[in-house]
Amino acid sequence: MQPGSGDPLLYDYAPYRGRSKVVWPGGKTVAVWVAPNLEYYEIDPPVHPQRKAWARPHPDVVGYAHRDHSNRVSHWRMAEVMSKHGFPGSVSLSVALCQHHPQVVADANARGWEFFSHGIYNTRYAYGMDEAQERSIIADSIRTVREATGQTIRGWLAPALTHTPRTLDLIADMGLDYTCDLYHDDQVQVVNVASGRLASIPYSLEVNDHYGFFVYNMSGREYADTLVRQFERLAKEGATSGTVMCIPLHAYLIGQPHRIGPFEEALRHIAGDGRAWIARAGEIVDAWRAQR
Amino acid sequence: MTLDPAYLEYPRRAEGYDHALYPWSALKDRAPVRWPSGAVAVWICVSLEWFPITPVDSPFRAPGHMQTAYPDYRHYTARDYGNRVGAWRFLDAFKAAGVRVSFATNAAVAERYPELIAAILADGHEIVAHSTDMNGTIDSSLPEADERVLIASALARLEAASGVKPTGWLSIARSQSWRTLDLLKEHGLTWCADWVNDELPYRFTNGLIDLPLNHELSDRQIIAVQQQSADSWAQSMADAFDWLAREAAESGGGRMLPIHLTPYIMGLPYRIGAVEALLAQLTARSEAWFAPGGEIIAAWSAQQ
Repeated sequence: MQPGSGDPLLYDYAPYRGRSKVVWPGGKTVAVWVAPNLEYYEIDPPVHPQRKAWARPHPDVVGYAHRDHSNRVSHWRMAEVMSKHGFPGSVSLSVALCQHHPQVVADANARGWEFFSHGIYNTRYAYGMDEAQERSIIADSIRTVREATGQTIRGWLAPALTHTPRTLDLIADMGLDYTCDLYHDDQVQVVNVASGRLASIPYSLEVNDHYGFFVYNMSGREYADTLVRQFERLAKEGATSGTVMCIPLHAYLIGQPHRIGPFEEALRHIAGDGRAWIARAGEIVDAWRAQR
Repeated sequence: MTLDPAYLEYPRRAEGYDHALYPWSALKDRAPVRWPSGAVAVWICVSLEWFPITPVDSPFRAPGHMQTAYPDYRHYTARDYGNRVGAWRFLDAFKAAGVRVSFATNAAVAERYPELIAAILADGHEIVAHSTDMNGTIDSSLPEADERVLIASALARLEAASGVKPTGWLSIARSQSWRTLDLLKEHGLTWCADWVNDELPYRFTNGLIDLPLNHELSDRQIIAVQQQSADSWAQSMADAFDWLAREAAESGGGRMLPIHLTPYIMGLPYRIGAVEALLAQLTARSEAWFAPGGEIIAAWSAQQ
């Protein structure tokens, strides 16, 4: 990006109307990917000068325990539902989870899920890092995931969505080829970087379960209905454009007992529709790149 | 600006937690638990709260506390409505459904409203300790000596007023300090309900037991925070029960549904019907075992 510029120059303007159509494998109209955030939040992280980790003095019992629910209970519940309906995950991973709870990471790997980095911990923020510091967390991410899973990460979702003006240039320079941090489109797009190549794959804030439950205050059923509406529209438009739908999740939210049932019905709907190419993030980026 | 290099050091990055309060354990890997009857323990916990019209902000102001400049008649009285009316509606509803529950009780409620405590005990419900009053909040900014006095006085006053020595504790807003688990243990309690990281009881390192009272399934979260309707709340509870019953059947292990109720929220005339309808629906299910928290803890403990 261009530091200090009102337009960060992350990408060029490209109107939705008139683009060449993207065709997904099997003639599907919408590529659907599910992005579970497998995270570790520290109970007593060091203080960052620009962002507080917890609302309450440490230990923030509800904040911490709520997120811990993912690793003890709800990851397995969410993962089973996804597997049952044929949805692999593309994991936004706090890579320190590989050390703290390797069982969760091994489960995701055994299910054939793809990993990308979501930083070291979701309680360590990138704001203010110099280039060497930021390169060190990218290198740590690549090394840690490779050692734990054998996979080489290709993507990045900044820890707690914290960036520096260098982040996208650095991940591209270090060999990553997609980012989940930009929300400007319903199709894969080119990101301007200093070296290497980088694509933005649509992730989503708007249908992220966190937004659904804590910004829009939806019930489990309302959120499931939102996913179905999002899918229906993108599947319809995708017949002429080729769209991408992401379902970003946190097990401690979607895997709660009152929400998982309605969520399963949404997955059943999408899987049974016939227009969805259910894929992992890297496969979607590859299929898009092959048509450029 | 460059961040302090220490910000990129991770001294606790190792297998298990970054603390020693309790060990890691995935629910799916534990031996199945069996309840005395049914596969889903339904734990109803009612919070009995008295909000002084003189709120304090240290350690923090409790959720639901006074909001206007002093004197805040509107919130003082609207909260006290729960103790005068709403809780009695709950008692009638529980009796009609034939269920026994837990009442997490501020010591001040027991002292001020003995008729309510007598009715709760006469119906066979459980009293759980719930601090002194709604100014009795805890977090790590509370000095240790003050926290000790708060817990000791909550327990002594509750026992003196109710004649019952509680075994369980619920902190206001489930908020604890680093010391709370040890102080609760020291004061003779056997369990608390503050940690929402699990769906079955588990043991902390110091021996105290957690009975997770899921805040996501509370009326405060669904109605007061997320501003859902009473019917939407009831639908969420029914959906949760259905899921847990299914999971119990598939896994062979018992599950638990915690339902956290607040008299000034669900005890209102236009909402109580949703509570009664839910109770009728769930008591008709053969998988449901309604029990107070202490009985759930006892059943679980006997199998460990």
